[in-house]
Amino acid sequence: MAETNQKPEGQQTKASQNVKTAQAKKKGRLTLMQRRALVGFLFISPWFIGFLLFYVRSLYLAGVFSLNKISLDLAQGGYSLEFIGLDNYIYAFTKHGTFSQVLVSSVTDMLIDVPLITAFSLLIAIMLNSRFKGRTLVRAIFFLPVLLNSQAIVAAMDSASRLMAAGVGAMDAETMADLQSGAANISYYISIFKVLGLPESILDYIVSAADRLSSIVSSSGVQIVIFIAALQSISPSLYEVARIEGATTYETFWKVTLPMVSPLIITNVVYTVVDSFVVSEIVELAYYTNFTELNYGLSSAMSLVSSAVVCAVLGLICFLISRYTFYYN
Amino acid sequence: MAETIVAADAAQNAGSIPLGSSGENVDEIPSVNIPEENEGSLLDKIRALREDKQFENTRIRWMNRLKSLVLWIFRTVMIVGISYVIIGPLISIISSSFFSDSDLYNNMVFVIPQNPTLERYINAFSYMSYPKVFVKTILYTLSLMVLNVLVCSMVGYGFARFEFPFKKLFFGMVVVMIVIPIHTILFPLYITFHNFNPLWIPQLATGQKLNLLGTYIPMYIMTLFGTGLRSGLYIYIFIQFFRGLPKEIEEAAFVDGAGMFYTYFRIMLRNAMPAVVTVAIFSIVWQYNDTSYARMFNFPSDAVLSIRISSLSDTISNAMSISDPNITALFNNAGIVLVILPVMILYIVLQKQFVEGVERSGIVG
Repeated sequence: MAETNQKPEGQQTKASQNVKTAQAKKKGRLTLMQRRALVGFLFISPWFIGFLLFYVRSLYLAGVFSLNKISLDLAQGGYSLEFIGLDNYIYAFTKHGTFSQVLVSSVTDMLIDVPLITAFSLLIAIMLNSRFKGRTLVRAIFFLPVLLNSQAIVAAMDSASRLMAAGVGAMDAETMADLQSGAANISYYISIFKVLGLPESILDYIVSAADRLSSIVSSSGVQIVIFIAALQSISPSLYEVARIEGATTYETFWKVTLPMVSPLIITNVVYTVVDSFVVSEIVELAYYTNFTELNYGLSSAMSLVSSAVVCAVLGLICFLISRYTFYYN
Repeated sequence: MAETIVAADAAQNAGSIPLGSSGENVDEIPSVNIPEENEGSLLDKIRALREDKQFENTRIRWMNRLKSLVLWIFRTVMIVGISYVIIGPLISIISSSFFSDSDLYNNMVFVIPQNPTLERYINAFSYMSYPKVFVKTILYTLSLMVLNVLVCSMVGYGFARFEFPFKKLFFGMVVVMIVIPIHTILFPLYITFHNFNPLWIPQLATGQKLNLLGTYIPMYIMTLFGTGLRSGLYIYIFIQFFRGLPKEIEEAAFVDGAGMFYTYFRIMLRNAMPAVVTVAIFSIVWQYNDTSYARMFNFPSDAVLSIRISSLSDTISNAMSISDPNITALFNNAGIVLVILPVMILYIVLQKQFVEGVERSGIVG
């Protein structure tokens, strides 16, 4: 009995299901399908309760807070709300000194970072996927940044990597001045490329990319591993065929490798967007507004707006990429 | 004839045929005939060389070698360079944590300090009350890891193997959970745990709502309900992994009379070891490094290392009345080395399982 019922529902005719339900009702028991559904729901129930309690409820509360002026009364363990409509949103966009600016710059940063990180991690993954001596060591090194992503550590690493430009050890007044001015040397290179006649927008992109190199490297650890996994799942016979047909390495990349890893580009883009958003300036601003300025309503409004923007961007990117994604199965 | 072929093969095997030797072979291959009258003419020589298959092969082989050499150089330069970008700061942090005050402003000093000192470590160690906080952190991190693995694998198994109404919708919710940034719900969570009142039980029992802030409990509650730090991602990993496992194993267990929960615990979880290892290490590392939840739940300052380290440089500059931020940074570096040391050791020990686990655990799907 048990074995036959284990077939997926699609294979069972409706009539036989009806018969079985009738039989089950006679005995006062559930059918196996129903019982499995119940057990399945039991399996996910802890998460489901948590999701409702902590996510759905919190999102609802955030929505409510953003429409109100909140005064916290922690002594009594409560808070009082005063409905002010959309004032918080209007304030954030029209009166707040930095919100719109920070929001735009955070999103732009993200839009610059995402293609760079994705392309970079794909390139590195292809390199690390071929066999060479010391591959394990190199992979371990590339995964290191994932381990060292604590805030204090990241801050210390940042200052250390800026110091690297001046040599690891000594630190004199000159170096400190260079650090403060930051882009002292970069402007020289920019002027060189301007003379060469590169369009300024492209130049800006390249400069900012070079400027971000260390942050790009340190935030592409997980993406590299995901891409390596994807590359390893490509069947070698595809490459064999390509070689026999006389395809060059370049053609093989565009016609075999890229289509085969394209489903994972979306995964990586989602991961990158979320990951870079969590540490972006706008999040810091919302956090600061909340816990330092104690303006809870405004902070909730900021968080919701920025999350909505990011989700919209994410949806748009996924939509665009999925049009070019190739699914093998 | 046979001898020439053997000779040609031998030459090919040798791999490097000087141009002269290919000329010798030309005379023996009948298809190539150099006209007698224009002997020494350059054009004819070129034509002869073009028609000479032997030379062509050698040329292609050398070009391929050159190509792969260029590729190898490019790859090595890239890998070494990027590895330096990653490791450089780490080396600098480690080396500067041994600097004495005089080394810091000495321009002659590069990486290796002239007067190495352990003062930074001794002070950082004692001001962080390292042993106590470390033990607390480890217990906290490991217990949360166990909870995460159990709960998330259960949820993942439920999603991967059972059919129930609204499954697609629920799966969408998991994705939403991954995508929503935590900061959106930070403040509501803060309020929730400040006035914690599940089913009004605390209020009925003691007359007031529970304030759970300042303790570890909120994190345990959230993790227990599968909504802890990055739980969405762990659930997703498990869903993908269980989907990839063959159904036959559990069907066999089921036919033999094992219950569904028994099957999950004794059979499926054992088979999901790569995913378990991945989630376990991710969970340990991220929980160990986490500051946003710890700050939000008002963890006491001696609760976890990640909080402790972020206030270390202030603590030391106050306690030892050091006004130079560069010297405080040295103490901070020593503290950072102390904090990342356990993770590094764990990583070095489990490195292979880690990277391969991620590769096999079906994030790829």
